[in-house]
Amino acid sequence: MKEMKSQTLQAQEGRNAGFGTALSRVDGAAKVTGQAKYAAEFTRPDLLFGVVYTARIAKGKIKRIDTSRALAMDGVVDVLTHENSPRVTHFDLKLKDMSAPTVGHPFRALDSDDILYPGQPIALVVAETLEIARAAARLVDVDYEWQDFETDLKRATPFVPKVPGVGERKPKSRGKAEAAFASSPVQITGDYHLMPEHHNPMELFASTVFCEDDGRLTIYDKTQGVKNSHCYICNAMGFKRAKVRVLSPFVGGAFGSALRPQYQLWLAALAAKKLERSVRVVMTRQEMFGHGYRPECYNRIQLGADDQGHLKAIINSAVTGTSSYENYTESIVSWGGMLYQCDNAKLDYQIARVDTATPCNMRAPGGATGTNMFEIAMDELAYASNVDPLELRLRNYAERHQLKDRDYTSKALRDCYQRGARKFGWEKRSPEPRSMREGHELIGWGMATGVWDAMMAPTSVRATLHADGSLEVGTATADIGPGTYTMMTQIASDATGIPVERITAKLGDSDLPFAPVEGGSATAASAGTAVQKACHALMKQVLEQANQLENSPLSGARMEDVDLVGGRIQLSENPAQGMSFSEVFTAAGLDSLEAKKFGRPRMTRKARNTHSAVFVEVRVDEEVGMARVTRVVNAVAAGRIINPKTARSQIIGGVVFGIGMALEEESLADHRIGRWMNHNLAEYHVPVNADVPDIDVIFVEEEDHEASPIGVKGVGEIGVCGTAAAIANALFHATGKRLRDLPITIDKLVTD
Amino acid sequence: MKQATSPAGVERQDACPTRLTINGEIVELAIPPWTSLLDLLRERLALTGTKKGCDHGQCGACTVLIDGRRINSCLKLAVTLDGTEITTIEGLAGVDGSLHPLQEAFIRHDGFQCGYCTPGQICSAQGLLNEAQATTRAEIREHMSGNICRCGAYPNIVDAIEDVIHKRNSDPRMPE
Ligand code: FES
Ligand code: FES
Repeated sequence: MKEMKSQTLQAQEGRNAGFGTALSRVDGAAKVTGQAKYAAEFTRPDLLFGVVYTARIAKGKIKRIDTSRALAMDGVVDVLTHENSPRVTHFDLKLKDMSAPTVGHPFRALDSDDILYPGQPIALVVAETLEIARAAARLVDVDYEWQDFETDLKRATPFVPKVPGVGERKPKSRGKAEAAFASSPVQITGDYHLMPEHHNPMELFASTVFCEDDGRLTIYDKTQGVKNSHCYICNAMGFKRAKVRVLSPFVGGAFGSALRPQYQLWLAALAAKKLERSVRVVMTRQEMFGHGYRPECYNRIQLGADDQGHLKAIINSAVTGTSSYENYTESIVSWGGMLYQCDNAKLDYQIARVDTATPCNMRAPGGATGTNMFEIAMDELAYASNVDPLELRLRNYAERHQLKDRDYTSKALRDCYQRGARKFGWEKRSPEPRSMREGHELIGWGMATGVWDAMMAPTSVRATLHADGSLEVGTATADIGPGTYTMMTQIASDATGIPVERITAKLGDSDLPFAPVEGGSATAASAGTAVQKACHALMKQVLEQANQLENSPLSGARMEDVDLVGGRIQLSENPAQGMSFSEVFTAAGLDSLEAKKFGRPRMTRKARNTHSAVFVEVRVDEEVGMARVTRVVNAVAAGRIINPKTARSQIIGGVVFGIGMALEEESLADHRIGRWMNHNLAEYHVPVNADVPDIDVIFVEEEDHEASPIGVKGVGEIGVCGTAAAIANALFHATGKRLRDLPITIDKLVTD
Repeated sequence: MKQATSPAGVERQDACPTRLTINGEIVELAIPPWTSLLDLLRERLALTGTKKGCDHGQCGACTVLIDGRRINSCLKLAVTLDGTEITTIEGLAGVDGSLHPLQEAFIRHDGFQCGYCTPGQICSAQGLLNEAQATTRAEIREHMSGNICRCGAYPNIVDAIEDVIHKRNSDPRMPE
């Protein structure tokens, strides 16, 4: 492999890139030259290819499965079905991965003749080449026994989940909402609906399992957490943990879909176990509609206010879909109840079973759905009470978290409103719907609030300093796109003064110290804190070593007396007096020094949240109803920003998800046969380049060391929260049409 | 000359001799008629820089240049390309390892996140430069809409391409 030289990256060499530096990604050259390798791109000469055969019915049983014609094809090695697969664990508990719902029976592929949902894998054809496996899969022949099924959430029976999942506790009601609503002079009632959405990361789900000569397995998996996949697959198939290594150096997007191990890992491992040969299984785009997704949601919101728009009552009840075999829950109704000052709130949440794969977390799970719906309701209230939408939010501004009745560690939302509005030019808005236009285009301006959790999870990092002065920091976290490699490098540079090109960040390897799945916008705070702690401990060791040397220029110096600059440790008082790390190592006769540290959240009773204010302009062609988003300003308060360049990209990415949610994305099922109809990228629309305008991102920094020790709150999800609502509200302003059913597609805009 | 790693025997009987120039190197291969250019690159020639996102011509991740024109390599049967010149992402950087201006601009402007659509975006952008049809941001957006980026790096991708078209070396726009 030839060495790639990026001038852009070379230009940032020699720099001690601390917090707030707009560093270009350290893995940038690998990604733009095609050298970055994803799970399906590791190969060996004897590798076999597995192609999935999925159930053609929604629910029922396999009466007969005939694989003889497939097996007869030259080059086919085996066809795995429930009839001939190796045994796996009987215990559900062993299959509860880190992101599994608390209640339910995790799915086991090829385990029985049951078909639980459309698109379920029921056979794996394994062959010498991909093409042979694909051709042979067409020859599998199955007789089914159909059973009654329901894929339409509207017709499913809602129930209150008995043991809600962790973090999704039953939302707490307060006051007397119904009475307060009845006596409110201003009332609005809205029934909101969100269609199911599929994550559709660009990389196809893939697992490559290599059987090593010594009986070990090396697995390249598309995952948001190698430790999760590792633990899951060992538990499931009885592999010894020490004999399995899961790697995931690059992940081509995931957005939550790779939080839980997906079935291609199970199938590849199953085939490798049975055949004792290396196997790769890659899902097709179509098959990626046969796993988790953002559930459909029905949500009724009633708001009561006085004639000044002050909230008197919030009544909010929502239903989301789950599968027949697991209770997947989301936090839908809590966001509005948390965000605004209101003494009376009644919040109810239910789930209902549909015969699909279990839904799973998708970028801002619950928050994207709940916040966006609530923020449309707030816009309705603004019009009903004749108050400017921004002013309405300010009038109902809550200094404390309304659900927990606690202070926030920080909440700079007021600044977000102000700076966002100024940048957007909100004060020039004429309030009347249909009052702004240019030619045949109606112009609409809308805004919304965004809110998400600032989470942090225990993470362990090992930092190793080598005699040549290079530093390695490693943890088993993932980089699914936010820039974890870069963030870790930057924090290590900040903590040690070592220039970025001398630092290597390692992740995506189950042999590294523990990290949870990358999700919930928690990685920067979690891994970042641990990197900083490990590096500080390491620097202390270096100083101790230096202290002990004979005639040490640093003898007696303590950490607070020294500066770390460019791979040197020197006295703050007298920078000339010091030693380079290499000098310390040589003098002390050391090869390397190592420190391993655990980062965990600070104990606080305060609420930790990120906030944003989103302002959007849309233009709607009056005749054909085509709507375009033409301007977005998103002002975000998310604590301290480590890297404004990559953080901005995260917000932009979230906004693009919001555009998809507002205008394009929906998984459509034909409920008569219980199957997704548009399971491909031509018919499941995600935003393309021409759908996305320039996006202004404003970071309102918060000094907040309670949210996380390094002051970081995370930016992966906040960008999607509020954006879809701001677009829907702008569409109302443009057209006078209040649409409560997301996505707002052309057909909804043109019909009366 | 490069040899394709040889897959199972079945295919060899039907394989058609094909001569391609890939990233400046002449490659003579016996290719089964059903093999797409994408699978040839990824599975036989270890050129995994070209990505598979749908295999149906719907996402643009597999974009490469054939005789300077951008195409979805998943929709091309490799045997139909006899005598053509193919450039993949691996062939864009200089022989000395210095990056192509588009590659530099993508890094500078953070024109990617997960990086999976990126080789396709960059090859597509080179195709767009060759076509010389797009100069404004609106035109770049329109002409780059065959390449999906689920991470949503679009505005940065436009910045990067605009920079190269206008031979600028601008700093990326930063948030306030
Ligand atoms: S893989 Fe070729 S267009 Fe998607
Ligand atoms: S960078 Fe992830 S899909 Fe474009």
